Amino acid sequence: MEETIMDIDLREKEEYIINMGPQHPSTHGVLRFETCLQGERVKYLIPHCGYIHRGIEKMCEHLTYPQLVHLTDRMDYLSAHINNEAVALCVEKAMDVEVSDRVKYIRTIFAELTRIASHQLWWSAFGMDLGALTTFFYGLRDREKILDIFEETTGSRLTQSYITPGGLMADVHPNFQKRIKEFIKDFRKKLPEYDQLLTGNIIFRERTKGIGIMSKADAIDYGVTGPSGRGSGFHCDIRKIAPYSAYPFVKFNEITLVDGDTYARYLVRMKEMWESLNILEQLVDNIPQGKIMLELKAIKAPKGEYYQRVETARGELGVYIVSDGAPSPARIKFRSPNFSNLFIINKLAAGHKIADLVAISGSLDLVIPDIDR
Amino acid sequence: MQTEQLTTLITSWVPDQKPGISKQYTEFILPTDKVHFVAKSLKENPETKMDYLFCLTAVDRKDGFHVVYHLTSSEFHHSLVLRVILTDKINPAIPTVSDIWRAAEYYEREVFDLFGIRFENHPDLRRLFLDEDWVGYPLRKDYKDSFTLER
Amino acid sequence: MYDFTSLIDSITTSLNRNFSPFWAGTISMMLLGIVLLLFYAVLGLYLVYAERKICARMQNRMGPNRVGPMGLFQTIADLIKLLLKELIFIRNADNFLFNIAPFIVIVASIMAIGSLPFAKGLQAVDLNIGVLYILAISSMGVIGILIAGWASNSKYSVIGAMRSGAQVISYELSVGLALLCIITFAGSMQFSEIISSQKDGWWIFKGHIPAMIAFVIYLIAGTAETNRGPFDLAEAESELTAGFHTEYSGIKFAFFFLAEYMNMFIIAAIATTMFLGGWLPFHLFQWHGFNRIMDFIPPLFWFFGKTAFVIYVMMWFKWTFPRLRIDQLLALEWKYLLPINLMNLVLIAFLTLMQWHF
Repeated sequence: MEETIMDIDLREKEEYIINMGPQHPSTHGVLRFETCLQGERVKYLIPHCGYIHRGIEKMCEHLTYPQLVHLTDRMDYLSAHINNEAVALCVEKAMDVEVSDRVKYIRTIFAELTRIASHQLWWSAFGMDLGALTTFFYGLRDREKILDIFEETTGSRLTQSYITPGGLMADVHPNFQKRIKEFIKDFRKKLPEYDQLLTGNIIFRERTKGIGIMSKADAIDYGVTGPSGRGSGFHCDIRKIAPYSAYPFVKFNEITLVDGDTYARYLVRMKEMWESLNILEQLVDNIPQGKIMLELKAIKAPKGEYYQRVETARGELGVYIVSDGAPSPARIKFRSPNFSNLFIINKLAAGHKIADLVAISGSLDLVIPDIDR
Repeated sequence: MQTEQLTTLITSWVPDQKPGISKQYTEFILPTDKVHFVAKSLKENPETKMDYLFCLTAVDRKDGFHVVYHLTSSEFHHSLVLRVILTDKINPAIPTVSDIWRAAEYYEREVFDLFGIRFENHPDLRRLFLDEDWVGYPLRKDYKDSFTLER
Repeated sequence: MYDFTSLIDSITTSLNRNFSPFWAGTISMMLLGIVLLLFYAVLGLYLVYAERKICARMQNRMGPNRVGPMGLFQTIADLIKLLLKELIFIRNADNFLFNIAPFIVIVASIMAIGSLPFAKGLQAVDLNIGVLYILAISSMGVIGILIAGWASNSKYSVIGAMRSGAQVISYELSVGLALLCIITFAGSMQFSEIISSQKDGWWIFKGHIPAMIAFVIYLIAGTAETNRGPFDLAEAESELTAGFHTEYSGIKFAFFFLAEYMNMFIIAAIATTMFLGGWLPFHLFQWHGFNRIMDFIPPLFWFFGKTAFVIYVMMWFKWTFPRLRIDQLLALEWKYLLPINLMNLVLIAFLTLMQWHF
């Protein structure tokens, strides 16, 4: 093949372009990073998304509100309940109805369980990316208990579509509270093991401290929310800013650190798991009695525009519904957290080495179907 | 900042703004050429400090494309919606706000990809999700292709 | 203790009686070659099995347990699969170098095994520069790695090979210096002499603190030499790709894989010989009763037992620790291990002079 001017130019500068992905063990999904490397250092990085674009927003324009809840599961599949909750809350806000306290409590319990399960999977994959392969098994072993709780009540482990506009699909299983209490007790003993294995390890700290520093101004400018943003000092927890469901009834801390490096983002998620356990403990014994599903003649949002913000495990999810009074929305937009979290990676990774790129993208905790919808 | 103060502030910058549609947030409908100025002022004004653009999207309505900006402040936690109605549906164009908020760069690429709205002065306006050679803009209401099931 | 010298002598004399000296020599070398190759292959297979079982237990799962009783035939099944795989020929790759690279690595490895002392008298070649020979031979393995990366004609392989090459030649220094510490104590490079100098106690106990430091440094540097454990950046799956052996398939990949495990065995065997007394049993002070019981266990068991212990420690920290980045790896060697090693060596030279060891 003829050498073009661009090849000669690249060769003289000793730069070469490498594609990480779309199939790659550590990008956790179909995402392509076009990386320009100079030796070991990353000069710039262009993420290419769209490999799993399914047109969810367009599809939802032909579906009724209870139907489109099933599609939201498949966006950020690790926070499936919270996605469902976002749509349910938006539609209920539009129709100006309020669900019973029982529904609110159960929704929040499911949301917090989902958050813990998501962070467990993130921890497993993060350790595995950095080379500590045992973390994969520890994290998933504990996540199985949460998935068993989900399966008992909703019938499915990953994509449940349980929370729906108007309430819940069905009442919880009789074993629900017992299982959750067992899980809380068990996980409180297991979580220090995670710290022993990874957090305190000197090799791990050397790999993550000072890597990928995101300033608070950058986080706000790019719209990076969730634990990634909170690791840089950006107070963006929607559960505190605009509480919904049962969050007004519980006391918990918003974990924010100021360092902004990979280690800070890691610590934020680890501490969030402890906070979620506290929230679960406050809620699980006090679930009030009440109706599971509101009796609504038809689920139709009145004419107008409505926006709901919730806090998924990865950041702020926004559901924006534009309705003409029909059973289907005229336009529904999902402001997905991973979409905003992704594009800061060029700024974070430039100047670091390839191995650091893996650590940075692991710490941003991206779920690709959420980016592409 | 309260709604009345915001209304006074916006009116002082753009006398011909119209009140918005949304009942949930304070909303202003602005003309196309003023939106960049208002956005920049909202970000820089120390009383509003709208430094967090949390949603930028477009809606295809009968009277044109509505480009909707949802803004909030990370410090004061007050929110605002700006709306621009583009009546030209063949070649819609609007100035970019990506020099004000970096997040807008990618939101605008998504809007361009799915609606075909051109953002002037955007640093890198090309399709985001779909292939470079895709014909048409899927989220428009008049988009027709052989795969779409019509109900 | 059973002395293999008599067995070896009887075989040699019977050969010399029946054949001419030329043929006796040739036949004895062929026999030796066959025994070594069989030993190499079988041990390699079972090391892979042991690693899979050990790592499984550490990860809260069972490991192979379907193929054969307790999964013992798993590696044989893997070997058959690798043998049956299609050998992929790369376009625009230097075919001669591409094919020869795995052989270089394996040959270096087998030559090193040939000089290890397994039991009294059971040593293929007892060179008077034994340690130097092993260090020199294991350096040849680097050539195989670099050639493999280059000849694959792929960006990823070259990156992996360069990293691996840089890592191995850096850590060879530390390995050599750590072994030099024991040579200073023992006064000789010949393996049988080093072992006989440990008759009254293993060097790790006799040499107290400096020998322990040397042992720790040797273990770290040895793991890095073989691209294992927390130093496996060159072949990590979650980095760019599988490093220098990305483009290899089938039996050639099996060679690289096998050579890695056998290199681990060699490192452990040398640690055993130099620091832990080789095939000598564990004697505590002058407790004759205890020592007689220890003597009862055959030296072969002692050798393989100690080696197995060191291999277990190496596997343990592979599956626990995350990986080091290449610059951290090289910084560890040049900024930390090498100075400590040099100071340790000076200390040991001083101790030997003053006879301040046990």
